[in-house]
Amino acid sequence: MNLELFLLLAAALFCVGLFGALTQQSVVMLMMGLELMLGGVIVAAAAVRHYIAPATGDGQVLVVLAVTAMALEMAIGFAVVTALFRAREIDMTDLAAELKE
Amino acid sequence: MTDGPLFWVLGVSAVVGGVSVFRFDSMARATYALLFSLLCVGGEVMLLGLDYLGVVIVLMMTVEMAVMGVFMIMYMMNPAGLTPMPMLHNRRGATVISLVVLAGLTAGILLVPWPSRRGRPPADATEQLGLSLMGPQMLTMMTLGMALFATIVATVVLATRRGRYDRLGDGLGARHADDPVRGGVGR
Repeated sequence: MNLELFLLLAAALFCVGLFGALTQQSVVMLMMGLELMLGGVIVAAAAVRHYIAPATGDGQVLVVLAVTAMALEMAIGFAVVTALFRAREIDMTDLAAELKE
Repeated sequence: MTDGPLFWVLGVSAVVGGVSVFRFDSMARATYALLFSLLCVGGEVMLLGLDYLGVVIVLMMTVEMAVMGVFMIMYMMNPAGLTPMPMLHNRRGATVISLVVLAGLTAGILLVPWPSRRGRPPADATEQLGLSLMGPQMLTMMTLGMALFATIVATVVLATRRGRYDRLGDGLGARHADDPVRGGVGR
């Protein structure tokens, strides 16, 4: 095992999540893509901390930051979906496009 | 000695689980596939010597996916996958973008001369995290706290059926709120 292998795993997770975030019409499925992308960020941060700077706590703080971002993204995402569903009875990104006007 | 095989098993499982999320017709299965993938991510974090954060990720993702499953059943048209339907758009463009990003990241990972390891890992990584968050990274911790508090307020505001304009009118000029149930202090 080395840093590059962990980073390649992180890149693979990030890009799978990116594909999901770009293709999914459902807001909830889109959020699943974002979760996968953040999963990749977590693996990358933990690997960089382990293989480059294990003596400082900064890498761990970055992991905490990413984990918190996952929780916040889900909470806000579901609240937005709830508000969107109440207003328009939709949960699809394509149908919410008129909100930008 | 088992770290190498564990890395491959967890890594491949995480990616396969992630891909499965977007291949399943059933939303319930997609949720469990994502949970499986993120549990493997937690395992990889533990492999990297961050046991505490790995366990936090495992516990948090288990609860998060349970909540997500509830929302799936609430909002999805086809939660059980009984009548498969495509819910994708721009598949070709997304595939191209994802592959280009993957190629760029892979090239960067393999071509960048990564610095060598500086320093030694502490005996207790959890203690290191705690000291860091309560010391030099205190501002990060305070920002996270404020972000969490703002999220609590924002989610309640967004999820509440009646807002202040519903209660007090468009100009917020009503003397008394138009609530279906009387309540509050002194009313």
